[in-house]
Parts: sequence; structure tokens; C-alpha cells
Amino acid sequence: MMGHPYKFEVEKLDAYFGARKVLSNINMKIRDKAVTAIIGPSGCGKTTLLRCLNRMHEIIPGARVHGKVLFNGVNIYDDEIDPVTIRRKIGMVFQKPNPFPMMSIYDNVAIGLKLNGVRERKKLDSAVERALKMANLWDEVKNDLQRSGASLSGGQQQRLCIARALAVEPEAILMDEPCSALDPIATEKIESLIRNLAEEYAVIIVTHNMQQAARVSDFTAFLYLGELIEYGSTRELFENPKNPLTEKYITGRFG
Amino acid sequence: MKDFREKLRGDYLLLLLTGASASSVFIIICLIIYKLIEGSWLSIQRFGIGFFIGTEWDPAISQTFGALPLVFGTLVTSGIALLIGVPISLGVGLVLSEYMPRQLSFATSFVIELLAAIPSVIYGLWGIFTLAPFLRDNVYPYLQALLGFTPLFSGPIYGGGVLTAGIILAIMIVPTISSISRDVFSAVPNSLREAVISLGATRWEAVKIVMSYARSGVIGAVVLGLGRAVGETMAVTMVIGNRFQVFPSSLFDAWYTLAAIIANEFTEATYDLYLSALIEVGLVLFLFTLMINILARIIILRALGPMRGIARE
Repeated sequence: MMGHPYKFEVEKLDAYFGARKVLSNINMKIRDKAVTAIIGPSGCGKTTLLRCLNRMHEIIPGARVHGKVLFNGVNIYDDEIDPVTIRRKIGMVFQKPNPFPMMSIYDNVAIGLKLNGVRERKKLDSAVERALKMANLWDEVKNDLQRSGASLSGGQQQRLCIARALAVEPEAILMDEPCSALDPIATEKIESLIRNLAEEYAVIIVTHNMQQAARVSDFTAFLYLGELIEYGSTRELFENPKNPLTEKYITGRFG
Repeated sequence: MKDFREKLRGDYLLLLLTGASASSVFIIICLIIYKLIEGSWLSIQRFGIGFFIGTEWDPAISQTFGALPLVFGTLVTSGIALLIGVPISLGVGLVLSEYMPRQLSFATSFVIELLAAIPSVIYGLWGIFTLAPFLRDNVYPYLQALLGFTPLFSGPIYGGGVLTAGIILAIMIVPTISSISRDVFSAVPNSLREAVISLGATRWEAVKIVMSYARSGVIGAVVLGLGRAVGETMAVTMVIGNRFQVFPSSLFDAWYTLAAIIANEFTEATYDLYLSALIEVGLVLFLFTLMINILARIIILRALGPMRGIARE
């Protein structure tokens, strides 16, 4: 978009929790309209890296970031950038489905638009329908949009959360182990959804499941102890890893 | 086999002991109601329903007793207390749970909870000697200049009275409501805060989500505060002026409450019907708080309805 081949460009990024450094000198360019997976053993910093991309890392008390993250060529950590406006352009889906239990299915999807000041019923109706269709949830809930979001199954709740993120027409979607709380059938649905989303968005997905990364992603980044060990096309990384650490990890010799 | 039987006996003993403790609560409540009805039987027989709708309280000459003005007085002072106290308490609860760093929040909560430990007679003394004169000289005149065109804020200003009692009560219920609402807000799963922030919500918008998630708990906190305000005796008695009248001429005028009249006139009740009438006032007060609590449970259960089955962290 606008001459930027990459949606995100991470430059010399360090991230901290208090005094503890959890990411160290990350450099990484992330393409638009593709799925990029971030893999690595627990505690390697993959979730933190994801949360640095939409400035969610800093809402934890004591969390800090150094370095740059360019989004469409603009550094989102510039002083004059308001994190609220950044988060409106970048959708996020969390590890555990977290729909708002006190809201209906409809309101769960519409809330992002309402936060943006959209009030017209027609606009909301069509946006809710579009987002639910994109999230492959429409057919299951269209007759009962006023039901509580909490009444859905786990997999449906997660697709509701995806619809909620899509409703505001973001430019990128960040997913933090979106299937880890779901059964295999629900997982399959989300994975095929992720493939569809990549036709329109930059999708970045954190996963501890290497098969999942191999199935859904175009590019894969391997993180270990806060450092980016290897990053490249998924096929290349899984079939022909350059770093011995990557090879060890993907062949299951640690993790 | 013998061991087993001995163990079984222990089980029975435990069941008996815990069962006895559990049922004692119920028995005590029943006994209280029984004694209240027994004590007020004379008055119930004499006045019947008239006690609840009667507006005369004349122990000296006609010996008639009607409690309606006391009910009004109790409701209005508690209402004022909620009107002033609830917004402050919710503000305090939100600051403690959403804005302050944890250690500071802990220290502040400690101080606020200390407010609840102050005996109510101390609040009463402070009300008489500090708050009432302060309000009389520095607040009420301006309030009257601003809103004096309505009957609520017209008339002479004594310092004590309905509004002062309401303000004292508001201060007294703030610790209760704010510490419970802080707990309720803190119990809101962080995942919901993150969800709304990730959608590009401002801090205030995120706080609104927290409040709407916690609303049933907040209602519970408010009702607990109401229960305290309705039953509060000493501090109110000391500042409200204790004048029996159907309606005061303004919020600056003196009035009476159910609890205040019992505390005030118990020692003066020189004949059986008088005493019995005061005990019936106690019965009314008790039924009042009972109804408030039952109503609160119903509201909370309803509010919880759509929230069943959510994954709490």
C-alpha cells in the first residue's frame, strides 16, 4: 500500500518487563496479504513481539519498548502517535476467546464501530453481517443475533472475536495462539479462515504448534530466548533450516 | 471395621456440629422476628394497619402512634446518602482498581477501610461540632442562594437537619461501597480490558466496559450501603434534629428516622403501649432491611442471568 511493500518493518526492537529484557534486537519485515507465523518455545518472547506491533505490550505495568516498528512506513512508537489510533487499524485476537459476556452477539461485533463513533443502524447492520460472514459465523448465528456472546461454544466465541476485530476494517490482524483453547474441528475452521483473511490482510499469528505454522503460514519467524533466530518463507524454514537451532526445534529435539 | 465405624461417628459429629452452627443463624433470625412481634403485639392490636399509615406520634396526650413520617425520613436520608455517596464510591473504586499502581492502591484501600472502623457516635460528634457548623456557614447559604427558589432549599438554616444527616450517611457508606466495588472491578478478567483496548478504546471507554461487566456486583455494593444507611442510628440521631413531622419544610429542616426514634425515646417509654410502639418501629425497620436485601438478591440474580457460562480467569 502506498509504495510500501511491507506492512510492518521492525527495526532494532528491544522489549522489557521492568528490568527483564524479553526481546533483543529484533529486525523483521512483514508482508501485506500474507500469513506470517511466529514460532518458538514457551517464554521465547513471541507473544511480546506480537503485542509490540499494536502497542499492546506497554499497557502492562512496567513494560517498555526500544526501537522502531514501522506500520505502512510510519513509526508507531513516534512521540506524536496516539496508540489508540494505531490499535484501531490493527485487529487482535487473543489466546482465550474473550467476547464481552454482557453483550449480545450483535453488540460484540458492533462495539469497535461504536467506539469509532458509528451510530447509524444501517451501517452497523451491514458491517456486523459482513464481519460475521468473513469470520464464517453468520450462518450459525444470523437468526439469533441478540443472544449473549457467552452462550456460544468456544470455537464460535473465537470466531466472534475474529469478527469483532474485522468489523472495524483493520489493515492487519494479529492472532495470539488463537486455536490453543479449541478442539481440532474448531481449529480447522479457524485455520481455513486465516487462509481466507490473508487475501485481504496482513495476518500475523503466534503459535506453539509447528504443524499449524506449516499449514497456514507463508512466512515463519523462529524466536528463541528473545532473539530472532531465523525468518523466511515457511517452506524454506521447515524444509531447509539454515540455523541448527531452528532445525533442532522443528524436529522436536527441544521446546 | 471398628476403625471405620469410629470414623463414621466422627463424620456424624462433624455433620451435627456444622449443621447446628448453620441452623443457628436461621433460628436466631426467627427468634428476632418472634420477639419483635411479641413485643409489639400490644401496638399491633391497637393500631393495626393504622400504625403504618398514621402520621401522628403523640405519647403524651392521645397516646396514638403512627410511623409513616419515620419511614419517609429514613427513605429520604438514605436516598440523599446514596445520591451523594454512590458516585463518590464508584469513583474511588475505579481509581483504586483501574488507575493506581498496586502498592499505592493497597495503602489507600487500607485508609479508606479505616473509615468504616470509626464508631458511628464519633461520626455524630464530628457532625455536630464540625460538619454542621461548616455546612451552615460555608455551604448552605450558597446552596440557598442558588436553589432557594425551590421549596427544598428554602427556609431557615440550622446546620443540622435532613441534608446534613444525608451527608453524614453518605460519608459513612463510602468505605463500604467503594471497597466492595473495588473488589468487583478488580475481579473483572483482564482479558476483557485487553479486548476493548485492542479495539482502540480510550482509557475511559475501557473503564465503561469494566463497569458494565461489574454492574451486578456494583448493585450489590450499593444495596449493602443502603442497608447500612437505613439502619444507621447514632450519627443520624445526633444531627437530624429529631423532630416528628410528616414532611420537613426544607432539606435544612429537622426530621426523624425509624432508627433515631428508637434510640431517642426508648428510655422515655414509660408505659407498655409506648414501648410496644417503639418495638413495632424496630419491626418495621427490620422488615425494611430484609426487603432491601431480598430485592437486591433478585436484581443481582437477574443481572447475572446472561452472564452465566462465561470463562472467568
